[in-house]
Amino acid sequence: MIRRLTPILLSAFAFLLGWHLLTRYSGIPNFILPSPLSVWMRFLRAVSDGSLLRHTRVTLIEILLGLFAGVLFAVVVGYLLAKSRSLEKALSPYLIASQAIPIIAIAPLLAIWLGPGILSKVVICALIVFFPVLVNTIVGVRAVPTALYDLMNSLHATRAHILWKVEVPASLPVVLGGLRIGATLSVIGAIVGELVDAREGLGYLLRVGDFQYDTPMVFVAVFILIGLALTLYGFVLLLEKRFLKWQK
Amino acid sequence: MSHTPILSIRSLGAMFTNENGGLRVLEDVTFDVHPREFVCVLGPSGSGKTTLLRLVAGLLTPTTGQITFARKQQPRIGMVFQQANLMAWRTVEQNIMLPLEVDGVGERTALEKTREMIELMGLQGFEDSYPRDLSGGMAQRVAIARALIHDPDLLLLDEPFASLDAMTREHMWNELSRIWQAKQKTVIMVTHSINESLFLADRVLVLTQRPGKIKMDVEVDLPRPRKDDIRYTPHFGKLARKLRQAIE
Ligand SMILES: Nc1ncnc2c1ncn2[C@@H]1O[C@H](COP(=O)(O)OP(=O)(O)OP(=O)(O)O)[C@@H](O)[C@H]1O
Ligand SMILES: [Mg+2]
Repeated sequence: MIRRLTPILLSAFAFLLGWHLLTRYSGIPNFILPSPLSVWMRFLRAVSDGSLLRHTRVTLIEILLGLFAGVLFAVVVGYLLAKSRSLEKALSPYLIASQAIPIIAIAPLLAIWLGPGILSKVVICALIVFFPVLVNTIVGVRAVPTALYDLMNSLHATRAHILWKVEVPASLPVVLGGLRIGATLSVIGAIVGELVDAREGLGYLLRVGDFQYDTPMVFVAVFILIGLALTLYGFVLLLEKRFLKWQK
Repeated sequence: MSHTPILSIRSLGAMFTNENGGLRVLEDVTFDVHPREFVCVLGPSGSGKTTLLRLVAGLLTPTTGQITFARKQQPRIGMVFQQANLMAWRTVEQNIMLPLEVDGVGERTALEKTREMIELMGLQGFEDSYPRDLSGGMAQRVAIARALIHDPDLLLLDEPFASLDAMTREHMWNELSRIWQAKQKTVIMVTHSINESLFLADRVLVLTQRPGKIKMDVEVDLPRPRKDDIRYTPHFGKLARKLRQAIE
């Protein structure tokens, strides 16, 4: 464990040291590039006055709800599209068109329609998560070997048996691959929503920090976001480890 | 042997659509299978042997003709496919247990039966292995175990022993003979081996080149139980010659 962590710790240390030396000797003012120490101090202050925790919780809730809704919707729609060529033909133009619009362009619209509360963020987050999970679900379900359907049918298995004993486990590796991408995108989705219009959340902190030249605060928010994305990603890896141990 | 057939096939024909119109695979195939009969099907590659088994299993609907079962409904089927067709995400034990799960057998009973079957097939020590860690022959033995576990009335075997070494194969012949006699099963088995068919079958059907028709229907009136040295008897030699000529 320690041996595996050594390179990560070393590179983190080198990064912090480089950053420190840069701010110390380059003469870049603190409000443009804050020193690691000032970021750390700002972090401690935001923790102790409770604001960081509050805003992080709001963003985390948006992310988790958006991720959940996006994945659920994508898996269900993806399964239906995988099973029905005609449904796919009917819907795919819309799906592809929806991908051609950058999420930033419709985020203000959603904020107008759904208000400045968390709902608009959850929806943006779900939208951005939707597509990669959808595509992977379609690919995964289509790739289920037909011979396994033959096997199940020779046993007179029910549709539910086929779904849970064949289709779900067979497509899981590909679906989880989509979830990996979706998990990291979900953070972006929530932040985009908050940057457009919000009174709470890490995106709001970013905006306020930017507005007030409180650059250390911006850095704190960015690092928390990175931490959230990494945690979500790590969680998907754990899922893979737990459910895909038959691979490799 | 009882006189009402368990399975009657009448002028059965199968056609697949492909780029240049239709591919006629089976044509005017008619035969009966009686309860507890062991029928082998021989024929050149592409003559439609696998297709015949899939039709009997209800995995395909015939283009012409019909298949009728004695008790009007399909009997319980155990099927061994040409490829082992295991579920990569299930261990050996879980793969063998699948038909019991589909039947809704209680977990305890299922586990007990599976353990017995693992012993019978000489798979001890591999209960928790995944298919990727099995040799081709072992995978095929798992597939055979899976086909037998739920005590089906009708066994459909598609070249089940093709990937086994000679020693294991002959061991499996004896096992299958024993199971077939002890449990009173009806068997339809596709094979390429004349020896195998004469060692096991009551009757051998020989199919022609595509579109497969029944070219010969031979009663194998060798005494049972058939020991290894039966193949050196003159009657065995006569039957083998007859079949070889039919296969061309
Ligand atoms: N689902 C399908 N769609 C189209 N063509 C098919 C299909 N299944 C089988 N065929 C064709 O039907 C023919 C017979 O196939 P089948 O698998 O029954 O032969 P077989 O006698 O089992 O051959 P082998 O001894 O090589 O296993 C082949 O030419 C094959 O390409
Ligand atoms: Mg075949």
